[in-house]
Amino acid sequence: MSEELMRALIAKCNATIAAHADELTALDRPIGDGDHGQNMARGFSALAAAADEIAPLPFGQALQKAGTALVMKIGGASGPLYGSLLMAMGKAVEARPAGTKAAAAMLGAGIEAVKARGKSDAGAKTMLDVLVPVQEALAAGATIAQVRDVADAALAATKDMRATKGRAAFVGERSIGHLDPGARSATLLIHAICDVLEAK
Amino acid sequence: MTDTVSIVIVSHSPDVAKGAADMVRQMVGEEVRVAWCGGNPDGGLGTDVAAIMAAIEKVYTPKGVAVLVDLGGAETNSEIAIEMLSDGRGAHVQILNAPVVEGAVMAATEAAGGASLEAVRATAEDF
Repeated sequence: MSEELMRALIAKCNATIAAHADELTALDRPIGDGDHGQNMARGFSALAAAADEIAPLPFGQALQKAGTALVMKIGGASGPLYGSLLMAMGKAVEARPAGTKAAAAMLGAGIEAVKARGKSDAGAKTMLDVLVPVQEALAAGATIAQVRDVADAALAATKDMRATKGRAAFVGERSIGHLDPGARSATLLIHAICDVLEAK
Repeated sequence: MTDTVSIVIVSHSPDVAKGAADMVRQMVGEEVRVAWCGGNPDGGLGTDVAAIMAAIEKVYTPKGVAVLVDLGGAETNSEIAIEMLSDGRGAHVQILNAPVVEGAVMAATEAAGGASLEAVRATAEDF
């Protein structure tokens, strides 16, 4: 049950990131170091290659192992961030969370790890600007359709933000007007997870 | 030979990391052990957690390891690598808040005299 879900999640996330790798890199070029798509694609491809080892594990352990795979293979700043997210989410649960509120608690634990790792918070034009509102929506009992809408709106809102963290902080004012690539990859992954959950 | 704090240099570019390590060896000598790594797991520009762990392990001493990093991902990947070291060795490894080349030379100069990791850190960060 958990194994089948984890296999589907890994496959869908990998396919989504692979399909959007060029787009993510194009977003990263003006305000980052132009490697987000390739880094994410390398990490998720390594994750997919390890699916046979990861998927049969209990849900929490599988998430932790998936996080480790991303950390070891992404190679850019997003590796430790997405890796910390999954590792902390995996430590927060044993089995698949039952219900939206439990999922919100799990995601909340992951978000705290991302904040600590990135020494950042929402409002700095990062993946947190998507993850935090999505977590809040889940905590309020959002449906899958609502989660998608919240993620899309949160991503769009990063366009007018000024980056204060990461490589994009170097370009300061010039970061305004660009979507944040980390917020975009987070939105893509949220839609991929929604796709899998809806198909079940 | 007295034990000295070791230096690890982590850059997005293997050329930068190796070059900084060469400068340390020439300016400070061989008594301080220096390891370096650079490049992502595919060999492009970036950093690689496994390579950072290997570099730290290569020169690890309980006396301490000072890690110099360049941009963003080099720091976060080094933090993760330190946390993933086994047997609590990460407690003796610190990332210094100093420029890679200058910081590595200053840290190694201080370390060569047998200074503690805290003293090495202070010297490199005050530079």
